Order: sequence, then structure tokens, then C-alpha cells
Amino acid sequence: MDKIINLLCAAVLAGTPLLLGTLGNILTSKAGNLNLGVEGMMFMGGVSGLMAAYCYEQWALAGQGASSGVTAALLSLGASFAAGGLGALIYAFLVVTLRANQNVTGLTLAIFGAGFANFFGEFMGIRAGGYVAVSQTVKNAFAGLRVSPLSDIPVLGRLLFQYNWVVYFALLAALLMAWFLGRTRMGLNLRAVGENPATADAAGINVTLYKYAATVIGGGVCGVGGMYMVMVTCSGVWVHNCVNGYGWLAVALVIFAAWSPLQALAASLIFGGLSVLRMYVSLGIPMQLYDMLPYAATVFVLVLTSLRQSRERSQPAGCGVNYFREDR
Amino acid sequence: MTTPRPHAIELRDVTKTFGSVVANDRVSLAVRRGEILALLGENGSGKTTLMNMLSGIYYPDSGHILVDGREVTIRAPKDAFALGIGMIHQHFKLVDVLTAAENIVLGLSGGVRLDRKALAGRIREISAKYGFALEPDKKVYRMSVCEKQTVEIVKVLYRGADILILDEPTAVLTPQETDRLFAILRAMRADGKAIVIITHKLHEVLSVSDRVTILRKGRYIETVETARADVQSLTDGMVGRPMRLAISRVEAETKPLCGVRGLTVRHKDGHSVLEGVSFDLCGGEILGVAGVAGSGQQALCEALAGLEPGAQGRIVVGGVNIAGMNPGQILAAGVRIGFVPEDRLGVGLVGSLNIAENLLVRGYRKQRGIFLRRGPAKAQAGELIRWLAVNATGPGQRVSKLSGGNVQKVLLGRELMEAPQMIIAAYPVRGLDISASYTVYDLLQAQKAKGVGVLFVGEDLDVLLELCDRIMVLCGGRVSGIVDARTATKEEIGLMMTHAHRRTEAAP
Repeated sequence: MDKIINLLCAAVLAGTPLLLGTLGNILTSKAGNLNLGVEGMMFMGGVSGLMAAYCYEQWALAGQGASSGVTAALLSLGASFAAGGLGALIYAFLVVTLRANQNVTGLTLAIFGAGFANFFGEFMGIRAGGYVAVSQTVKNAFAGLRVSPLSDIPVLGRLLFQYNWVVYFALLAALLMAWFLGRTRMGLNLRAVGENPATADAAGINVTLYKYAATVIGGGVCGVGGMYMVMVTCSGVWVHNCVNGYGWLAVALVIFAAWSPLQALAASLIFGGLSVLRMYVSLGIPMQLYDMLPYAATVFVLVLTSLRQSRERSQPAGCGVNYFREDR
Repeated sequence: MTTPRPHAIELRDVTKTFGSVVANDRVSLAVRRGEILALLGENGSGKTTLMNMLSGIYYPDSGHILVDGREVTIRAPKDAFALGIGMIHQHFKLVDVLTAAENIVLGLSGGVRLDRKALAGRIREISAKYGFALEPDKKVYRMSVCEKQTVEIVKVLYRGADILILDEPTAVLTPQETDRLFAILRAMRADGKAIVIITHKLHEVLSVSDRVTILRKGRYIETVETARADVQSLTDGMVGRPMRLAISRVEAETKPLCGVRGLTVRHKDGHSVLEGVSFDLCGGEILGVAGVAGSGQQALCEALAGLEPGAQGRIVVGGVNIAGMNPGQILAAGVRIGFVPEDRLGVGLVGSLNIAENLLVRGYRKQRGIFLRRGPAKAQAGELIRWLAVNATGPGQRVSKLSGGNVQKVLLGRELMEAPQMIIAAYPVRGLDISASYTVYDLLQAQKAKGVGVLFVGEDLDVLLELCDRIMVLCGGRVSGIVDARTATKEEIGLMMTHAHRRTEAAP
């Protein structure tokens, strides 16, 4: 029993960056943009989040003041969102304005983001004399919360009320996005843009604006996922190549979740669980096979979902195709 | 003393050019409230361009647009909505995975939250007023063409349009659905709405409109009271010279040629697009195929042409069963089938190749060796151009540069030059003007006289009844009956198009 609870808690923690990456990419896809650069945007968000927290601390130290964990966390959040959004903005400019190929642009962004992050991560490390790490105050700001008496409820308290704040941020983002897409006028307009931009255009919707906004905000959410990898998973230390394929998993999870933010919750929990399985369940197989699990499951899921026929549960029809009004 | 009410819409000397092409040259027209105006003209006469300037898709180069006597500027679809102008496009502008209600409310401003209940209520109210049958929560991809059109009309009414423009609204409807649409249009007219209907079907003009404005080659020709017009006078105005309209059916000896038994084609997802289709096609006859768009016509043509590898059943042509063969195998078996597909530049010809090269695509097998000899193809292409009076610079002209009618002449000519035993023609006159259409009818009749069997998939029932010997009606992938074109009526065929009720087969 205890083992299962431990596994579930670990799955939530490991699944959160996947959830953020998936949510960001769902929003982007709903505007008809297929952005394969999630990995790159997560990298950019991750390094920027760390840089914001680290620089703020250095600044506070220089002024002889004590640094505040909450301020550092908020700065980190803002910087990672902005950096992810910046990556997405480059993508959106190339794809929406210049009508470049979406696949190639996304792949390039993935490579660019990784290079960008590793460069600045190493650079900060060298400047700091070895490696870059945030102080205990900031680390505590990203540690699990204790809200008594909720966190003290047996079982439920551990399962629901003792995660770090980013987990709840991601959950809120998923619920908000589901409400936005399903219940609001702007959400409806966005879906129309992703499905059939010509129709949306004729209905008086500003297709370009919607595409830019959804892509940039989606990129920002991916960036926050990258911040989670650095600040929570790696405890505020820059680790070379720290995003480690999670962005690519998120791209696959979008398909697994059938472009639904609520299903993304379940999908990221399952994949989070698979990625930490070896620490909680012993099957007597080599460790490398455990490490393969999320990726093998991705292949399996992609094959399975390709058999899916339903129109509601498939990719937005305009995804991957750039819209040009005079192209009729 | 009363001043006459101004026109709902008035166009004065409107001109629109695309590059060097003048689509509309100083065109004027006017519609009153409580009136249905038919805008009549052949393909390429500028009807749709003209109306697109009212709906905000194009902006005129010069001229004036007046709504209720006031001069207005329409730069975008939004401006048109604001003036109460709604256009129902020929190709529906709907998002498939959304519901009818969601499509109707798309792009409108209002509260952040979408109040689905109030929306559905308002839609039901509009539907009840004019007699539409519409389920607000049905997804568009589950709808028939007729339902989709209803969504389009309710969409513009919901936006408060009282000037409606319908671009070829009946092209996709059965005769019964057309009658229902016209009843709705009349109800709207009684309600004081101004309606413009773009069409090239003369019977419809005569039955539904109050006045007719005729365009020809982008120019305004005349406006007449419908009551004073007839089919012949309208055609003459549209074509610009007296036209012989009746198709005189050529009589020819028939001989057995092709027998199809139990032909079934299934999609990948398992539902059948063609189910147990059986019929005979004789040499020396034209067998028409009628049906609502998407009733299995495409699958039938492609199965006969060898493009449906998964087709089950028997297709025997001249004693050879060609079911399951690809086009190369069919040719090798000594069966010559000419295929004029619906998608002329996708399946029929290669747009980026020139006329001679397109002939080679079909004829290269007759040459030996690994190198192509272009000489014979060029000569043949020149022959084709002279024979069918193709408007081209020569055999070296790229097919994509030709107009629709000339593309069809090249395609049909190429197929006929192969001296086929059987011709499959899918919508061969779609998008062609009247004189080009008659050239096609004449060519097919000449083939029939030579003893060739012709399968003619058509959409205009009047033409099918005049041109064909027998008509096979498809409904949902099944044959709902085969009738004698000499005795059948349009109403009868229309019913068979929607209900798979069987009728005794007419003997070939």
C-alpha cells in the first residue's frame, strides 16, 4: 500500500513537466500549428528560469539583503514563460508570417533551444566557478508544500496536498484550458482557426492573431515545464541536457491525450509513473529496460491511436498546413 | 405623394479586374425587398465575382454599391454582415468537427462564455419561422449536403441578414430538396427579404425568380421580368447567339459489351461505398448514372477503370473479367477502356506537363526501347487540337494553362484517340459552358453510334433524360433502380435518389 502511494506521488512529480509540455503543445495545435520544438522551448524555459532565480539571488546578496524564495520563484516562472514564448514567437514568425514548413521549423527550434540552454547553462556554471546552483532558500520555494491540516490527512493528504506549487499550477492550467476550449467564444474561434482557417477567416476571425497568441502562450507553458525540470527535478542545479527527451514525449502525449487538456492529465500521470517505475517496482529486469519503458510505451500508444477513427479525437484538420488567404 | 422605396442593393457600373482579366466590366443590377432576383450566366461570366464584392471577399476597382439607397464601402466580410448582407457560398464554409450551433455563432462577439442553451433556442426560433429542419447539436461532418446548406442559411439569418445571396445553391440538391429550398426562399421573400440566387439552370430561374439579370463574359446584358422570359430567350441572352437546345438522341444498334455483377467496394474503415452493384452496359448505348453527390459514383467509375484494387464482384468486358486488375493489366488483357475522371487535373491529366506529354502518359507503352520518341505524340497532339478546336498555342502548351473547357477537350480527345470499347465519363460537362457542353454530348453520341458503350455520370437530370438511353440511379452505394430514359420522369428519378426503392429493370 505504502509502495503504491509512493509510486503515485512520484508519478505526479515526474508527470508534471510532461503535462505542461503537453498542454502547451495542445494549445499550439488547436491553432493549426504543429510545433515539434517542445523540447527546445522547455530547454529555453528551463535555463531562463534558473538564470532569473540565480541572478536575483546574486543581486540580493550584493545588496546585503536576504533573498526571498517567493520572489525568486515568481521571477523564475515569469522568465521561463517568457523564454518559452520567445522560442514560440520565432516559430510563429517563420510559420505564420513567412509560411515556412512547420515540421522543419519545429525540428530546428528543438535543436536551437537545446543549444541555447546548454550554452547559457555552462556559461553560468563557468562564471560561478564550477557549477551553478541556487541557495537553499530558493530550493525550499520549490519544495513540497505543507498545508496543515490538509497535508496531515492520512493517505489523501500525501496523495493530494503535499506537492510543490508548480504541480498545482499545471493542474490549474489544464482545467483552465479545458474550460477555455470547450466553453468560451474565444476557445471556439481558436478551434475553428485550427480546423479550417479559411472558414474562420470568412467568419471574421483574425486568423493570424489567434495563431500567434495560441502559439506564443503555448510555448510559454512549455517553458514552465522546462523550469520544472531544472528547479524541481534537478533541484536548481544546471545539468547538461537536463530536459532529456521529455519534450519529445510531450509531443507524443498530445496524440495520446487526443488533444484534450483533461485527458492530458491522465496521460502525463501514466507516463510520469512509467519513468519512475524502476525505483518502486522491482521486476528483476536490467535497469536499461526500465529506462526504455516510456519510449516503448510511446511507440505502442502511437500505433494504437493511429487506429482511431473518430473525428473529434483526431488532430485539428488545419494542423501542419499554413494558411494563406489568397491561396484558393 | 410617395417616393418609391430605394432598392435593397444597387450596383452601379462595378468593374473588377484580376491582372489583365476583366471579370466584371461596368456591371449594374438592383434588387428590391420582397423580391428574388436570379443572376444568370455561364461559367466565367463573372456572377460569383460580382457577388463576392457584396460579401466583402473582393473589393471593386471602380463603381458604386448602394444599400437602401446609401452608398457603402464593403472591405471585409464583417462590413457585409453589418449591412445585413449574407452570402451562402457554393463551397460551404463550415468547420466539420463543430456542431451546427457552434458554426452558426463562430466569430461573433458577445459574452466570454458561450451560452449554448440560449443559442439553441434562437436557432430553433429561426428554423421554425421559415420551416428549416435543423438540429443545433448535430456535428457538421455527420450531416448530408442539404443539412449543411441549411446550416449556412441559418448562419446568415442568425447574423441578422436580410439580403441573401445564394451561389449555385441547387448544384448539390435532389429535385425534392430543391423544391423545399425554393419554398423556403419564397417564405423569406414574403417576409420582405431581398434574395439573389446565382444559377445557370434555366428551369430554376423560371420557377423561383421574379426578375432575371443576365451576364455574359463579365458584361451586363439585360434584366428581364421572369414572367416574360422562357428557356430559349434566356439561353440566347446567356450565350449571345441562338442555341439549339434540345439534344437529339442518336439511335444505334446495341450489342452486349459489359456485365457487372455484385460489385462491392469498401473503405478502409469497413463501411461500403458501393454495395452489390449489378448492371449491363451495351455497346451502342449511353447508360446514365444519377444520384446525389457521394452516392458511390466515384467508386463505381474507379472500380471499372481498375483503380479500386479492393473491389469485389465481377466486371466482365468483352468476355474478360477485369475485376481486381490494375489499368496496365486491363490493357494487357486486350480491354480498352477510356476514363474521363471527375478530377481532371488530379486523376486525368498532369497539369505541369504539356499536351503532347499528356498524350505520351497514356501512349508510351506502344513505343519500344527505353527512350521516348516525342515526334509522334506531337503530331497526335496537333491532330487533337485541330479536331476538337482546342484553344491552345500548340502541342507544347502546359495543360494547367488551359481553361476548364479546353482541359476537358484534351482529356476526352486523348481517351477517344485510343479507340476504346467503353468510355467512363464522370461529370464530363461540370464547369463547362453551354457550347462546350454540347460538344461533349456530340462526341459521346458519335462514340455511341460507333458501337462504343458509354457510362455517363451526370448531375443535371434534364440532360441525363435527353442524352441517355437508360439511367441507373444510385443511392447510398446501392442501385435503387435502372429506368428507361425515354419514359422516366425527373420526379421519379429524384425519389429514387433518396429512397432505395426498387423498380423493375428496364431492358437494355
